[in-house]
Amino acid sequence: MTATSRRIVLRALVLWGGLALLLVLPPAAALADQPFYLTLVTRMLIFAIAALSLDLILGYGAMVSFGHAAYLGVGAYAVGILAYHGVNAAWIQWPVAIVASALVAALIGLVSLRTSGVYFIMITLAFAQMLYFLGISLKIYGGDDGLTINARTDFGGVIDLASNVVLYYLVLAVLLGFLLLGQRLIASRFGMVIRGAKSNERRMRALGFPTVRYRLVAFVIAGTMCGVAGVLLANLTNFTSPAYMHWTRSGELMVMVILGGMGSLIGPIFGAFALLALEEVLSSYTQHWQFILGPVLILIVLFAKRGIYGLLGAARESAAAGPPAAGPPHG
Amino acid sequence: MAEALLEIAGLVKRFGGLLATDNLHLAVRAGEIHAVIGPNGAGKTTLVAQLQGELKPDAGTIRFAGADVTRLKPHQRAVRGIARSFQITSIFPDMSALDNVALAVQAHAGHSFGMWRSAATEAALRTPALAALEQVGLAERGHSVAAHLAHGEQRQLELAMALATRPQLLLLDEPMAGMGKEDAERMVRLIGGLKGSHTVLLVEHDMDAVFALADQITVLVYGRVLATGTPAAIRANAEVRRAYLGDEVAP
Amino acid sequence: MVIDPQLLAFQALNGLQLGVMLFLMAAGLTLVFGIMNLINLAHGSLYMVGAYFAATLQGWSGSFVLAALLAIPATLVLGVAVELVVLRTLYDRDHLDQVLATFGLILFFNEAVRIVWGPSALFMTTPDFLSGQVALPFGIIYPSYRFAIIAVGLAVALFLYGLISHTRVGMLIRAGASNRAMVGALGVDVKFLYTAVFALGTALAGIAGLMAGPILSVESGMGEPILILTFVVIVIGGIGSIRGAFMGALLIGVVDTLGRSFLPGLLRATFNPQVANAAGPALASMLIYILMALVLAFRPQGLFPARAA
Repeated sequence: MTATSRRIVLRALVLWGGLALLLVLPPAAALADQPFYLTLVTRMLIFAIAALSLDLILGYGAMVSFGHAAYLGVGAYAVGILAYHGVNAAWIQWPVAIVASALVAALIGLVSLRTSGVYFIMITLAFAQMLYFLGISLKIYGGDDGLTINARTDFGGVIDLASNVVLYYLVLAVLLGFLLLGQRLIASRFGMVIRGAKSNERRMRALGFPTVRYRLVAFVIAGTMCGVAGVLLANLTNFTSPAYMHWTRSGELMVMVILGGMGSLIGPIFGAFALLALEEVLSSYTQHWQFILGPVLILIVLFAKRGIYGLLGAARESAAAGPPAAGPPHG
Repeated sequence: MAEALLEIAGLVKRFGGLLATDNLHLAVRAGEIHAVIGPNGAGKTTLVAQLQGELKPDAGTIRFAGADVTRLKPHQRAVRGIARSFQITSIFPDMSALDNVALAVQAHAGHSFGMWRSAATEAALRTPALAALEQVGLAERGHSVAAHLAHGEQRQLELAMALATRPQLLLLDEPMAGMGKEDAERMVRLIGGLKGSHTVLLVEHDMDAVFALADQITVLVYGRVLATGTPAAIRANAEVRRAYLGDEVAP
Repeated sequence: MVIDPQLLAFQALNGLQLGVMLFLMAAGLTLVFGIMNLINLAHGSLYMVGAYFAATLQGWSGSFVLAALLAIPATLVLGVAVELVVLRTLYDRDHLDQVLATFGLILFFNEAVRIVWGPSALFMTTPDFLSGQVALPFGIIYPSYRFAIIAVGLAVALFLYGLISHTRVGMLIRAGASNRAMVGALGVDVKFLYTAVFALGTALAGIAGLMAGPILSVESGMGEPILILTFVVIVIGGIGSIRGAFMGALLIGVVDTLGRSFLPGLLRATFNPQVANAAGPALASMLIYILMALVLAFRPQGLFPARAA
């Protein structure tokens, strides 16, 4: 067996084995009487959704958004505020959350996509910070302290989210659904435009593509997906708070994407699991775990840019060219 | 005389104190190969960039196919049929050659908001892309990553991308730049093959290529048109010889 | 609603004071970006460390002046060490790598100060000679310390102006901001120039941290809110431009401060109190970001871009 085919087998084993493990986790956790692990993995899956959505624009579109956690907050606050006013029905909560995160992403995208490179990074970060402060200033919804949510989203008896196991499977289903959606998207005409604009924006415009328009749509799609992750996070924690939008959260999402391997949609899922597991392990040894995590991050950036999934020898189709270009200057 | 496909009138472009384009008038008729020559710094690439829309002129008008396109953005002009190859090769290095051309086809095959169907299996994109690769002699290299192609092949690929957009006007900015003798000869044959079916504005330093290909030649000096005419007329033009061609170039 | 002119003047001075602090941060950040093409998130950490050094030294010596004289060089030494060990390897990396690695630095520093100084905040006191009030024209009374901050900030701005427009180092800095390759061609030791520029930026951040000590609590994570405000300043002013950093910083400082103090009141005068009470603080906290969006809508390169292209 050649090294390449060994790697393909190994990768298939990891992927299908991982999926099988995820599927049997709830009964296993129940048998072992370890409900903590169910919550932990649900949380990992939710952040995997958020990281995957970021990778769509970061890994494939070279849009280095440093404010992606904003949508996590928008989705969570949509649930929290509606629940605060006694609206728990899924058919209201989900559409409101989706429309709200799409709208916020559209507004942020409209402004930030006028620029590129380092401006884009700073502006997306600034807007996320704005939403963070907005959350703090909303005193009736808990302000700084956050807002406790009394009941999870009500699916009218079809799906009973009061059960952590049901919530877990819902989250897993959303992740797998988004993964499929993302794979199709990337291979589609639209995905080709996004990847082309990453590879050579000037050429794209010379060919006749209004690249900013396509980028904006991708930006909104990613924001909306992350908003859904926010809905799920609010349901998991029964809580929403400005902390969901804190800039370190946005940083962590970027770390997940890089750690897992940019430019494949599976990578960020590995990244989310790895980062949260690392945090969990480090924090069990010391409360100063960030003192170790920080330098680890620097080392990863300097020496292991391909990420975990890259180490598994994943075919990195378009990502062969490596890091995203900072984007050519406009105009 | 046939109506001009491209008409440039009174074009001016300044960079600070430098006049890169100085009240330039130029007309390109449909179906002809119109070469623009001139010494370095004459403003040839600046002219191409204004025709394609990357640079905005400070004054003057550009009419294309009967419409004023002076204020249109690059992608809008591309949709109207202006294609450009760049002085420094501009391709998608991380994609296969076929994907490069398919993306060019896609630019002119309806909107690109399709998010479900795989672009790699769309015959409407692949078939014309393959045809364009064949036209430039790259059919065998379709599945190679563009970055791995030889320099000459990359220039051919760029031409294939321009052709795949089915342009009415091709702006070729030094297509022979950096090529060996053999590659350059192939490129001359390729461009020559476009005569009659395509309108080409060709910026080139290789005088043998220019005089072999062009129907009309315009000589730029300091952003101004020094002379326009047939190759024979340009060759005979005393002012051009003095200012640019030099005696050793003209036979 | 009637705005008390004395209160308005007082708040405008507060805005100016925030503005000069932002300028100290923005000047360093924008120089480092303009010359080394590095986006350094850990700039806020240097500000924080500067404040911690100053608070500790003041605690030991009891003297603000001594603390200032020692804290700034100490911060500078630390900054240069960070440049030599980590940042130097990032100059040729893309912005994403720089963001992630310096994000790692932030996590490291925020935790390091907790390990060294403990989790609770430190407090600095204003020096005795600045603990009073100054009487300004038109009967405006303003705290001496805050007035001193404004004075120091403006003095640093003048110093930077002189340095950059009238010295050989300044010439190199200007050349570096507009054309990096040229500096190497001039036969200058580029590595040394980079370290020197970074040291200058660190010193400015250290001064800002030192001066913030007595008016804010010195705690882990204090660097990031001001860092993000500084980004807004730089985006508005134009990357790489000291003049842009100065104008942007004053604009943001004044708009933010006046917005927070008067916007809720103005809203109450127009809308019913319930709406105003809910929307006032929210709108005030969003004001500068809205301003940033407006500037970008008309001038995507900022108000004073350093490079024409």
